[in-house]
Amino acid sequence: MSATAVHSLWTTAAEVEPLGKIPTPHIEYAQLAPVLIVVGAAVLGILVEAFVPRRARYYTQLFLTTVALAAAFAAVVGLAAGGYGTTEKQIAAMGAIAVDGPALFLQGTILLASLVSVFTFAERRLDPAAHGNRIDSFAAEAAAVPGSEHEKAAVKAGFTTTEVFPLVLFAITGMLVFPAANDLLTLFIALEVFSLPLYLLCAVARRKRLMSQEAAVKYFLLGAFSSAFLLFGIALVYGYAGSVSYARIADVVEGSVRTIDPALADTMGNDALLLIGGALILMGLLFKVGAVPFHMWTPDVYQGAPTPVTGFMAAATKVAAFGALLRLLYVALPGLAWDWQPVMWAIAIVTMLGGAIVAITQTDIKRLLAYSSIAHAGFILAGVIATTPEGISSVLFYLLAYSFVTIGAFAVVTLVRDAGGEATHLSKWAGLGRRSPLVAAVFAVFLLAFAGIPLTSGFAGKFAVFKAAAEGGAGALVVVGVISSAIAAFFYIRVIVLMFFSEPKPEGPTVAVPSPLTMTTIGVGVAVTLVLGLAPQYFLDLASQAGVFVR
Amino acid sequence: MENLIALLVAAPLLGAAVLLCGGRRLDRIGHWLGTLLAAASFVVGAVLFVDMLGKGAEERALHQKLFSWIPVEGFQADIAFQLDQLSMTFVLLITGVGTLIHIYSIGYMEHDERRRRFFGYLNLFLAAMLLLVIADNYLLLYVGWEGVGLASYLLIGFWQHKPSAATAAKKAFLVNRVGDMGLSIAIMLMFTTFGTFAFGPVLGATGETSEGMLTAIGLMLLLAACGKSAQVPLQSWLGDAMEGPTPVSALIHAATMVTAGVYLIVRSGAIFNAAPDAQLAVVIVGAVTLLFGAIVGCAKDDIKKALAGSTMSQIGYMVLAAGLGPIGYAFAIMHLVTHGFFKAGLFLGAGSVMHGMNDEVDMRKYGGLRRYMPITFVTFGLGYLAIIGFPGLSGFWSKDKIIEAAFAYDDGIRGWIFGGVALLGAGITAFYMTRVMIMTFFGEKRWQPAPDPDKDASVEPGIEVTPGEMPHPHESPRSMTIPMIVLAFGSVFAGAFFSIGDRFANWLAPVTQFEHPHPVISVPAITTATMVVLLAGALIAYLMYGHRPVPVTAPRGSLLTRAARRDLLQDDFNHVVLVRGGEHLTRSLVYVDHSLVDGVVNGTAASFGGLSGRLRKLQNGYARSYAVSMFGGTAILIAATLLMRAV
Repeated sequence: MSATAVHSLWTTAAEVEPLGKIPTPHIEYAQLAPVLIVVGAAVLGILVEAFVPRRARYYTQLFLTTVALAAAFAAVVGLAAGGYGTTEKQIAAMGAIAVDGPALFLQGTILLASLVSVFTFAERRLDPAAHGNRIDSFAAEAAAVPGSEHEKAAVKAGFTTTEVFPLVLFAITGMLVFPAANDLLTLFIALEVFSLPLYLLCAVARRKRLMSQEAAVKYFLLGAFSSAFLLFGIALVYGYAGSVSYARIADVVEGSVRTIDPALADTMGNDALLLIGGALILMGLLFKVGAVPFHMWTPDVYQGAPTPVTGFMAAATKVAAFGALLRLLYVALPGLAWDWQPVMWAIAIVTMLGGAIVAITQTDIKRLLAYSSIAHAGFILAGVIATTPEGISSVLFYLLAYSFVTIGAFAVVTLVRDAGGEATHLSKWAGLGRRSPLVAAVFAVFLLAFAGIPLTSGFAGKFAVFKAAAEGGAGALVVVGVISSAIAAFFYIRVIVLMFFSEPKPEGPTVAVPSPLTMTTIGVGVAVTLVLGLAPQYFLDLASQAGVFVR
Repeated sequence: MENLIALLVAAPLLGAAVLLCGGRRLDRIGHWLGTLLAAASFVVGAVLFVDMLGKGAEERALHQKLFSWIPVEGFQADIAFQLDQLSMTFVLLITGVGTLIHIYSIGYMEHDERRRRFFGYLNLFLAAMLLLVIADNYLLLYVGWEGVGLASYLLIGFWQHKPSAATAAKKAFLVNRVGDMGLSIAIMLMFTTFGTFAFGPVLGATGETSEGMLTAIGLMLLLAACGKSAQVPLQSWLGDAMEGPTPVSALIHAATMVTAGVYLIVRSGAIFNAAPDAQLAVVIVGAVTLLFGAIVGCAKDDIKKALAGSTMSQIGYMVLAAGLGPIGYAFAIMHLVTHGFFKAGLFLGAGSVMHGMNDEVDMRKYGGLRRYMPITFVTFGLGYLAIIGFPGLSGFWSKDKIIEAAFAYDDGIRGWIFGGVALLGAGITAFYMTRVMIMTFFGEKRWQPAPDPDKDASVEPGIEVTPGEMPHPHESPRSMTIPMIVLAFGSVFAGAFFSIGDRFANWLAPVTQFEHPHPVISVPAITTATMVVLLAGALIAYLMYGHRPVPVTAPRGSLLTRAARRDLLQDDFNHVVLVRGGEHLTRSLVYVDHSLVDGVVNGTAASFGGLSGRLRKLQNGYARSYAVSMFGGTAILIAATLLMRAV
């Protein structure tokens, strides 16, 4: 009996016509080049781990990652020069990915920030060599139980976790797609693509490994929790709109679509689904940006993760997540602005105040910076709420400014060390300015930028965001923002006072002399901070040109 | 040619920068460099002057715009210069007298180890003063105004180790702040009224502005002038400013800086012409000050302070003239220039006397010096004759004109009052200057052994003094006598040169306008009366000080004398009214600050700290608590969104 005959025993031919060929999706490779370069390099990186001898892996990976990020940035610049940010903006990959000004601006920011923070990943001169091998910030063998014989053997053998490079490339891939995602499913997939590598990266600190693993588990659990909310929200919104495409959702919200998908006849146009679903999606994004009350993972994870990862995460995740939030609110849900604005007002206010107030009593520099990042998320939210073109461009500018300050600040944190690795307790930073005036001065520049003192990028960014918010009718929000800035200035300046006006402790930490890699990171951070502070206009104009979404 | 204008300021400014930043390696050549650059500025001024003479009267004003200083929409200020006849007069006076005093200082400051710095400050002063007079707008003028204030402060307190010098510098600075505030308010008023600071538009638009606003601006400018030119009620600093080295007293506190107020009033003539009330205030201030300064000058035994009182009085004449409008502007400036010559000469003479007398300043301890210091005696004597208005010498021409113009104030009682005051002032001038002359150069030697510098802080440093040694008066070195001789020439001839055929008034006329005064009584009568008053003053002084021996310790004196010795109780007035009042105000404000403001601030900080501590406990490290927070947050988020729709 032939196979077909057997098959026909328990099946009957369908009445309907057999499915035709699934059409090949049309992919605009050139417009997606930045993402494709990075993901290609990530795949190559995995192959490198498999086939390149251990000794050469570090250099191969560093080279591959650097070249890939630089090439992807060049591709972004090429696209922007080709007008894809303004006149040629379009939706690529069958409606999944938007290629427009905000997407390109944020992708460029993410790529540049990633490039400089990858240098801190590769730093191998901060600790003295162990058993003749240079060591970096990552565990010799992440799978080894902390404190076990196995771990000691791995350290002795000079193993290094060079997998961090492909992992970070995968994370960057997701981050590049995230602000460009033009439908909810792409959004979700991008979220997972960048989150999963980050969970892993958090777990591979060389020192304080238990803390690092705890941070990773917490981040993973809470991240999964929030992803579930997000996915549920996507389902509800799909039920409402009959589509996951932003443009389609926006049309349905505005009521310009009358055709109703028969399969969804019961749910389409049900506002309750839209409101609940929208709120759940918002929650998922607010979790990623670290807004109160979805912020509680931030301090623990920032503290536990290896500091280079913290810097990368604090900068790049925030850029990507705010990009996605902007696109969702401005492209998919503008018709719902009356509903989400008041809620976002409240969240912005508690985020600004909460971050600033709790930071006052922090004693660990990494936790302090974590709370500072929460407060900054609040400031950026104020710009998001403006719902004006100035709102978009001010947020873009703020993200550019903030990411370099953050990466630079965390890079400085990696330099201040004692016998137990990084000396992150604030009491150990007392008198740092007397011993290492240059490092302390650089850190002071970053702190002043965080505080938003004029002549630093922080001031220009904060001014742009508050201006946009005030013009968007959110004057009260600006008042709260300024008050929060005043509160925040207290703890930033307190660190400066501690560094420069306290007596150094006799057993205080030493400042490691880094390789040119970290020096580049810090140098670029200072340069961008000062340039954006002294001459912000060019970049404000750039952000302003880029501030139009495609729909 | 106008491109040279900036060089006037640039040369001394360069000198100041090099001397003050150059450090000790310039100690050996610093004074030469400073003098050279002052002279260079004078040469530039002279070249511009010659060029200016070659043009028609109306085409003489030059303009140079260096760059746009504050280019803001609706608020434009340029670094731009204007060199017209009025500015040119000042430029020549400042650079000419300035260069002479630089030369004099080479000798005078020879033993001071900080001589390089002294020349740096002098150059800084020249740069600021030149900027003040060639600025083409009020804002830039203000920069120069503050600059000369700074230089004055630094130079009065040059011997800062002496508490009296440090205090005097601080006093000058503080009193000047009051005047400066007037200038800044005037500039603000101008900006709101005219929308610009430039002389041309502001002074050209006075016709379309309300008289009230012009009066307000005029009074504020007058306040500024009172501060800088030591006019009542802001005159108290000038006497103490004599704590500075004597060349400073000659240059800044006699010849140039203190006349900046007169410049300001004359420059702003268009404003005052349109605001008669402000003009009257100017005249009253001038008249009061000219008597005030003269009376103070009569009672002082310190030669420099007597001359300081005289300076105050002479500037009173200039301010009085400047308040008279077009009939007085030219005479105010003319007296300013002649006064620049003879008063600088008198101060340099005083410095020369002190140089020879172990830095003694008390005239009661001089006497009979004419035989020991002949050049000083002759030059000082010529300056003396010039200032009292001896016929034919400079002061005669310029002061007599002011007295005539004062009588021409109006046809009624005011003309008589102001004219009478000016006339009386001439008599008192003759009295106190004759007193100075007699006590210093004539009579018995009343020299005293040198004081011990360890015990007496008033001894100027730099000169080796053996305690208890008698002074050996001697003529000063040539670097000091030559400037005195040059200035004496000016004291003798400048007035006649300027006055004959109204040469000076016609020169200034395109800038300041000029009208012939018509006094209430005839001009010959005024001149005769002036001569009579002058002789009377000199005669009384001779009877009191030349005819009788001068006691070494000052007698108690009459009530007026005692008051005049205390600067007519100016400091006491300031102390009781301003200092005490200010202290009470400060104390009450400090109390409010401590109890209320600090209370609120610290309370806020403490409450935020407490809040932070409590909120921090929510961060307990358990992932489950975090999840609950997220869940609750989401629930609220959804509820709020739905509620928003329901509302």
